[in-house]
Amino acid sequence: MNFKLLKRGILYTIAFVYAVISLFPMFLMIISSFKPNIEIFTKPLSFPLKWTVISYETLFVKLNYAKYIGNSVYVSIVTLAILLIISVMISYYLARFNFKWNGLLFFYFLIGMMLPIKLGLVPLFLLIKDLGLVDSLWSIILIHVGTGLPMAILILTGFFRTLPKELEEAGRIDGASNMGLLLKILVPLMRPALGTVLIINFIGVWNEFFFPMIFIQNEALKTIPLGMMQLFGEFTTDWSVLFAGLTLSSLPMILIFAFASRQFMDGLTSGAVK
Amino acid sequence: MENANNARLIRKKSSWRKQLIHLIPIPAVAIYSIFVVYPILAAFTYSLFEWNGMTMGEFNNFDNFITLFTKEPFNTMFWNALGHNIYYFVVEMVVQNGIAFGLAYIIFKKIKGTGFLKVAYFLPRLLSIIVVGFLWKMILNPNMGILNVFLEKVGLGSYALAWLGNPDTALTAVVLINSWFAIGFFMLLFLAGLQSISSEVLEAAKLDGAVGFRLVRSVILPMMFQPLVIVVVMTFIQAFEAFELVFAMQGSMGEPYYSTDLLAVFFYRTAFGGNAGDSGALGIGSALAVVMFVIIATISALFMSYVNKKDSA
Repeated sequence: MNFKLLKRGILYTIAFVYAVISLFPMFLMIISSFKPNIEIFTKPLSFPLKWTVISYETLFVKLNYAKYIGNSVYVSIVTLAILLIISVMISYYLARFNFKWNGLLFFYFLIGMMLPIKLGLVPLFLLIKDLGLVDSLWSIILIHVGTGLPMAILILTGFFRTLPKELEEAGRIDGASNMGLLLKILVPLMRPALGTVLIINFIGVWNEFFFPMIFIQNEALKTIPLGMMQLFGEFTTDWSVLFAGLTLSSLPMILIFAFASRQFMDGLTSGAVK
Repeated sequence: MENANNARLIRKKSSWRKQLIHLIPIPAVAIYSIFVVYPILAAFTYSLFEWNGMTMGEFNNFDNFITLFTKEPFNTMFWNALGHNIYYFVVEMVVQNGIAFGLAYIIFKKIKGTGFLKVAYFLPRLLSIIVVGFLWKMILNPNMGILNVFLEKVGLGSYALAWLGNPDTALTAVVLINSWFAIGFFMLLFLAGLQSISSEVLEAAKLDGAVGFRLVRSVILPMMFQPLVIVVVMTFIQAFEAFELVFAMQGSMGEPYYSTDLLAVFFYRTAFGGNAGDSGALGIGSALAVVMFVIIATISALFMSYVNKKDSA
C-alpha cells in the first residue's frame, strides 16, 4: 500500500514539474510585459510591484502594431473563408458522387500532406513575382489555402461519408438542388469537422512566418510574426516592450484556446492520426 | 413531333446542366496545383539548369548537383548541416518523444487533474515559432536572462554559460527548445495511441504478471505500433524541415560558426543569399531542394512501408 502511494506521489510530482516547465516561460513573458524595464532585471521572478501598460502603449505608438494586427486578422479571415468554401465544395464532390476519376483526385490531394512545400520555394518565388503578388497579402493567402487543402479535404470527405445518404434523398424528393442540399442540410451537420479545419488552419496562418518573410517587404503589409522581427531589430534593450510584443501576438490564440481547448487538441491530433 | 423535339431539348439542356457539377472541384484543384504541386515539380526542372540571378539559362545536366557535392563551401556546408539534422532528429526522438510518452502514460493512468495537465503541456504549441525563438533567446541571454540569473542565485554560477553563443551547446539548446514547443502535441498523439489499446488486453497482461516497465515494453509499445510509426515519421519530417527556430535565434548563418546550420537554413541561404556579398545561387539551391526532397520522401516511405508489411504479416 505504501509502495503504491509512493508511486502515485512520484507520478504526480513528475506531472506537476513538467507542467511548471511548460508554463513558466509564458508566465514570465506575461508578467514581464507589465513591469517597467528595470524591474525585469532586479526582480525577474516576482509579480510587478505596480502593473503598468506603458510597454503596450509603446507598441502601438512607436511601432505599427495596430497595422500588424489588422493585417494578420485580414489574412486569417480571408484565408479561412476561401479554404472552407472550396474545400467543402470539393469534398462534397469527392464523397457524394462516384465519377471514375474521384479516387485519383482524392489521392492527388492526399500526397500534398507529405510534400514539403518549403522546398518549392524558388519556383514559388518566381511564380509569385510573375503574378505581381510580391508585397501583396494575396501571396500568403493563396499559398496558405493551397497548403491547407489536403488536410481539410481529408477531414471533410471523411465526415461527409459518415452522414447518411437518406438525408439527401429526402431533400431531393422535396425538390432541393445540389447546392440547396449542401448548404441547408449537410453543412449545418458538419460543424464539428468544419471547426477542426478552422482551428488547424487558424493556428497555422496566424503564426505563419516563412512565406510572409519571403514575400512581404512593405512595412504597411506586415503581419504579426514579421512585426516581431521588426520589433526585435529596433528595441533590443527595452525588454519590457519586447515581452509585451510577444504577449500581444500570442494572446488571441491563448484566449480562443481557453474557450475551446478540447476542440484545439482534438483538432490538431485528429489531423495527424488520420 | 413538336412534343418529341421539346422533350429532346429538355433532356439535352438538363444533361448540359448536369455537367456543371464538374465545376465544383475546380477552384480547389487550381489553387492546389498552382501553388503547391507546380513549385515542387518545377524545383526538379530548375535544378538541371544554369541560373543567372533570377533568369533561367541553359540546360546544364547535373552540374548544380556536382557543384553542391564537390565545390567549397557547398560540400562542407551540406555534410555539416545534414549531420545537424540527424542530430536534431535523434535528440527529438529521445528527449521530446521520451518525455511526451512518459507524460501521456501518466495521464493515461488517470491521475487527478488531467484536464489541466493536458492544457498546460499543450499550450506552448499555440505560440508562433518566432515567439518561441525570441522568448527563449531572452531567457537564455548570458547576462540578463532568467536562467543564468537563477543559476547564479542558487550558487551554480559556474554553469551560467552563453548557451546559444557556444558552438558546443547551441544546437542542443535549439533542439530542446523545439522539444518544449512540441511535447504537448506528441503527448496527445501517444495518449490517443494508449487509449486505443483495449482495456481487456491490459487486464489480461496484468493478470499474467506484467507490470510497470515490463508492461510498457512487452505489451503497450507493440500494441501501439502504428501510432509510434506516425510519431517517428512526423518527428523525422519536423527535424528535416526545421528552419524557423534556427533562423529566429541564430540567424541565416546558423551561428555561431555554422554550428546550428540545418539543411533548410543552408537552402535558404544558398537560394536567397544570406552570405555577405553573395547574391544567391538558384540552381544550386534548387539542387539542394531536390536532394532534401529525396531524403525526406525516401525515408518517410521506408517507415510507412515497414508499417504496411507489419500490418499485413
